[in-house]
Amino acid sequence: MAELTEELSQVAPQHSETQNSETQTPETRNPKVGTPTVIVDDLHIVYKVYGAASESEKGNAANALMRILRRQGRPQMKEVHAVKGVSFVAHHGDAIGIIGRNGSGKSTLLRAIAGLLPPHKGAVYTNGQPSLLGVNAALMKELTGERNIILGCYAMGMSPAEVREKYDEIVDFSGIGDFVQFPMSTYSSGMGARLRFAISSAKTHDVLLIDEALATGDREFKKKSQQRIKQMRDSAGTVFLVAHNLDVIEETCNRVIWLHKGKIRMEGDPQEVLEAYNKA
Amino acid sequence: MSQPESALAEAQGGGRAPESLAALAERHGLRRAIARPSMPAYLRQLWDRRHFILTYATSRNVSKYSESMLGQLWQVLTPLLNAAVYWLMFGVILGQSKSIENYPAFLITGVMVFTFTQRTVISGAKSISSNLSLIRALHFPRASLPLAYTMQELQQLGYSMAVLVLLVLVTGEPITWLWLLIPVTLLMQLVFNIGMAMFMARLGAFMRDLNQLMPFITRTWLYASGVFYAIDDKTRELPELLRWVLEFNPAAAYIEFMRDLLIYQRFPERWAWVTCLFWAVFALIVGFWYFWRAEERYGRG
Repeated sequence: MAELTEELSQVAPQHSETQNSETQTPETRNPKVGTPTVIVDDLHIVYKVYGAASESEKGNAANALMRILRRQGRPQMKEVHAVKGVSFVAHHGDAIGIIGRNGSGKSTLLRAIAGLLPPHKGAVYTNGQPSLLGVNAALMKELTGERNIILGCYAMGMSPAEVREKYDEIVDFSGIGDFVQFPMSTYSSGMGARLRFAISSAKTHDVLLIDEALATGDREFKKKSQQRIKQMRDSAGTVFLVAHNLDVIEETCNRVIWLHKGKIRMEGDPQEVLEAYNKA
Repeated sequence: MSQPESALAEAQGGGRAPESLAALAERHGLRRAIARPSMPAYLRQLWDRRHFILTYATSRNVSKYSESMLGQLWQVLTPLLNAAVYWLMFGVILGQSKSIENYPAFLITGVMVFTFTQRTVISGAKSISSNLSLIRALHFPRASLPLAYTMQELQQLGYSMAVLVLLVLVTGEPITWLWLLIPVTLLMQLVFNIGMAMFMARLGAFMRDLNQLMPFITRTWLYASGVFYAIDDKTRELPELLRWVLEFNPAAAYIEFMRDLLIYQRFPERWAWVTCLFWAVFALIVGFWYFWRAEERYGRG
């Protein structure tokens, strides 16, 4: 943790200068900008993984019986300490990029912010309901795009009136055209990703968490989705973005958190953090 | 210096009197993300999600048969084939039909009524454990899932009831005023099923081996529920207590109730009413309460 505070104190002063120039536009527009929306306080997340047994213990009925007789729990169940004491404060109008290697705890952190994973220790404080851009889990690939749009909107908690109002907008934004009448299983991966993003961003969120959603889709769609994220920031929302694609982060975010093995390695201005990340 | 950093520095104890992050959160009215809502609030949230529940149920039904050639026709064919199999086994081969008047109608009524509860219980047990990705991605009252699965089975029941009524008419039973009570008994059974689905959903969410056990449990239940035989007939030699347990069995009660209406043309006895109502209310309250108690823990494992 000493590492974190030290880094923060180094980063903070320079960070504020660069940030000032960047956040100026929304700040003058919206008085809410600058007050905290999400506070993560010494967060630890531990979750259980099933079926992660080592080679020697794998799927053998005799072994399983012996374990029960010896009253050892299930060895296939492993505990993963994915986030180890992360603290930060996010504000209205922030777009925060989260970077790090595979398995550094980025997605877990997002889920914890969304309130979908209970903290092992520490806490996440939010106002309103942070939503993960994760409507895809509710969609069914056998169904037409049309049915999926309706299903996805209801899954996010919209009313029938809102669904009717947003329907055309979603189809337009996704740009899938007549394909909306076909089952989603016939879509190309880009089309599927576009539709999913269009559905999940149709609802206005105070705090939006995006996990690797913008990696797919063509150049034009990438532009459109970045624009939408900007709109959200301007209306004083907070956006968290996890991506391996670093230019997306550089273009959309005003702050970057670098996670390494469940801890914050560095935090601050995108250019600086990305530079350090690329060197590491 | 812009506000964000001052707040952060303050919170991290950067020189000045440190304000803890918890205090900062409190000053700005931020709350912990995970908390179980109170029961009334929970019911309200669930009511707000009614469109999702219904759409999810319909969507699952549509997508379930989308791969097969006959498509939605299977919703009718499945109960018909089920009845045919049991009739072949118990009516023709085992000769159960001699002691029971109008055995086909007796059997089909039993099969259809039991299947409704059986399928709801089985799918309810899976409703949380097979939707973990949905639970981990979106916020909604988790009870929506067992409810949606129950609604899905209710939609299926619509088809099986049509088949049942048709077959009962074909076997020569008349339509009587008592048929007006069919929706009443189905409603009681539906309420019972909702409670059971909730209860099983929580069990299934935390006991991963339950899904392997379910076929055995429901099959035992099936054989004990007098689907193929008349309980009072077969249990004369059994001890009093066991007979009472068998007749108090909710599935048997709902089956008997339906047979009274459809086949025997008699108003169900008071005892049948009490049993059916008791199970509906009891299962709903216990199941719902039991499910709600673990609301914030679903999807954690």
